[in-house]
Amino acid sequence: MTDPSFIFQIFVYLTAAVLSVPLAKRLGLGSVLGYLLAGVLIGPHALSFVGDVEQSAMHVGEFGVVMMLFLVGLELRPSMIWRLRKAIIGMGGLQLGLTATLITGILVFSGASLQTSIASGFILALSSTAIALQMLKEKNRLQSDGGQNSFSVLLFQDIAVIPILALLPLLSAFPATESASAPVSNLIDTLPFWSQTLVVLAVVGIIIFAGRYGMTPVFRLIARTRLRELFTAVSLLLVVGITLVMTLVGLSPALGTFIAGVVLAQNEYRHELESEIEPFKGLLLGLFFIAVGVSIDFNLISTKADLIIGAVMAYVFIKFLVLFGIGRVFGMCLDNTLLFSFALAQGGEFAFVLTSFAAHSRVLSSEYADILNAVVALSMTATPVLMLINERFIRPNCGTLEIGEPPTNDIDITHPVIIAGFGKVGSIIGRFLRANGQKATYLDIDPDNVDLLRKMGFKVFYGDASRADLLIASGAQTAQILVIAVDNPDKTIEIASTARKHFPHLKIIARTHGWTDSHELIDMGIDDVYRDTLDTSLRMASDVLVKMGHRSFQVLNARKIFRKHDEHYLREMTGLRHDKDQFIREAKQRVKALEQILIREKEDIGKDKDLGWDVTSMIEEFGQHSKEDN
Amino acid sequence: MRYLLKNILVLFAHPAFEKSRANKVLVNGLDRMEGVTFHDLYQVYPDMGIDRLHEQQLLEQHDVIVFHHPFFWYSGPAILKQWQDLVLVHGWAYGHEGNALKGKWFFNAITTGGPKAFYQIQGQSNRFSIRQLLCPFEQMATMCNMRYFPPFVVHGTHSLNEKDMTMYRQIYHDYLRLFRDDKIDPTLLSKMDYLNEYTLSK
Repeated sequence: MTDPSFIFQIFVYLTAAVLSVPLAKRLGLGSVLGYLLAGVLIGPHALSFVGDVEQSAMHVGEFGVVMMLFLVGLELRPSMIWRLRKAIIGMGGLQLGLTATLITGILVFSGASLQTSIASGFILALSSTAIALQMLKEKNRLQSDGGQNSFSVLLFQDIAVIPILALLPLLSAFPATESASAPVSNLIDTLPFWSQTLVVLAVVGIIIFAGRYGMTPVFRLIARTRLRELFTAVSLLLVVGITLVMTLVGLSPALGTFIAGVVLAQNEYRHELESEIEPFKGLLLGLFFIAVGVSIDFNLISTKADLIIGAVMAYVFIKFLVLFGIGRVFGMCLDNTLLFSFALAQGGEFAFVLTSFAAHSRVLSSEYADILNAVVALSMTATPVLMLINERFIRPNCGTLEIGEPPTNDIDITHPVIIAGFGKVGSIIGRFLRANGQKATYLDIDPDNVDLLRKMGFKVFYGDASRADLLIASGAQTAQILVIAVDNPDKTIEIASTARKHFPHLKIIARTHGWTDSHELIDMGIDDVYRDTLDTSLRMASDVLVKMGHRSFQVLNARKIFRKHDEHYLREMTGLRHDKDQFIREAKQRVKALEQILIREKEDIGKDKDLGWDVTSMIEEFGQHSKEDN
Repeated sequence: MRYLLKNILVLFAHPAFEKSRANKVLVNGLDRMEGVTFHDLYQVYPDMGIDRLHEQQLLEQHDVIVFHHPFFWYSGPAILKQWQDLVLVHGWAYGHEGNALKGKWFFNAITTGGPKAFYQIQGQSNRFSIRQLLCPFEQMATMCNMRYFPPFVVHGTHSLNEKDMTMYRQIYHDYLRLFRDDKIDPTLLSKMDYLNEYTLSK
């Protein structure tokens, strides 16, 4: 640990990430491209900051992929996998088969040996789980049809790595040479095939069984020690252990942790596990992307520029074509097909492993393997760029059109209300307005939603509501009210500031998540902010009181009073928070704000009880009087 | 001897029931009394969103309708007015085809903070009797072809002690049972100012 060069390497990697990722995000390029560029920057062909740790950085980084699959597994349930079975086997199988066959064919045709062609075909048929999933997640599209299908195909590829590894040595021109061993030491190599299979099945069985029945008591025990770092250690140990076991029996560690994740998806400690592993995954995945950037051999590329650039273009094009065809055959809409095809049109991280293995096994010449690696790395770099092009230029012009053909009878009719976001909140607003005959124009970024709404006769625009041109298209210049109902608080603020800047006449009604984003909107002069959980929480609390025997009318009034106070405090805090110590961390500030509210409430509550129905003072005056009367 | 059981609907309206003293006692046990449906309007409709069809169905199922409420500003609490406006609609409660309530009996059961002496034609700060002030309810009953009966009144609730209130509860519940068992002489009762004057021993 005290080795200064090692610390220097960590420093270089972290600095590169910290500098380039925010910049890339700011430019709208996404974090993956940021990491890749950081890698290129510190790599041997630019600043040349990295020492001889490049290969180990890649290996450590690959562990991020393993963790990512564990996390993906945690979010899936066995029932969901079962639901995706058609996509996994059908689409995944078809993709792998078709791509491998096509690439093999082309290589054979261009004069490569059959062995080399077949090996390259399978190696290149794989896509990058790390890049595809990360980009889909960042774009919030993992849940869409295109995202789900991408995931299914990637899952199939992860499983397929195992037979491909077994297949590669068979292609060797010089079979049974000494160097032809698996890339990692494998304990069961020497066993006959049937017992290898048995061992593999047993290991998977143990993982499932232990995950199902063994882990809960362990987690409970650890949780009881109340040592947070111990829980972190156990979470890491779990992932590392599975990786080790899977490697020992020659299976893909990613597949193993994925299975473990799925098994643990119903575990009560699932969320703790997720939050423990998440930061490690993020860092390691970043490291992996940087390592890919570093590994791009620009010397090789410049000496064989024509060949490599041409190969990358042809490679991405073939992958895209196959994916596009599959997407259409399986009935995805055009938007999702485009997303799916661009997301998976690159080489995978397993390609690096497989090429080196193939080179060891003498299936590929080392020179050829280097070219292959360069092609894969460049194709990975191309993905974020292609996704960006898709998002900015292709999708807006085809598929679910942003400016959809309006129904013939209301060309040019603009509605006075615009609703941005048709998710959980927006759909309720929309339904209610429609039920009461209020026409509105809708904006959403989910093409499935947009298609559905158009079918139902709504006026819908597809795209990012924070863009002024889209707001103009949806009639913002003549509309009166803009309802912002999107999920993401940052997006809400972005939309609000666009609207403020370009359409100051628009009344803004904004959904917010909590205090922080509400403050920001109020600061912008937007008074109508609606914290999306406030009313539901108050209604739940009210029902608790009513079920405990309080009068429902009194509870309703108490709720109104509480709400009024709360809204009042929110606005008061907006002004106050600027005077506060700017360095108080946000979370701390929230706690402080809550504390202040609780103190104020203690004083205020009871001040405005329903005086109209309070008879205390009357009893004082008339009660006495009437006694004399009687 | 004919024995006819009448169904009674007590429409209770008190916005601050949790603070009331007299009505808490008066109402106690009504929800368990045979032949009586106790309907707590503020509890069921805290937001005043009255379900008209449900209310009309309830009315159709009962023979005697009671408005039980504190006497706020010479009338009932706000929800009672809302109830009248929404439930007693033309064509159902009154008008050419509005016969749903025809022949049903109606009376108020009210509590007043002030003593009976307050509500006099020559009073210090009052110029009308309780019966005069209840005219809008009487007219409502007439409009809906219901038979109006004098009110059950508990005066001076501000100065009642626990024992007084228990006594009033007993009397009130006894009257309800008389109505239920159809042992009220309508002609005799109609001549009285308050239901309270009707002899219970009968």
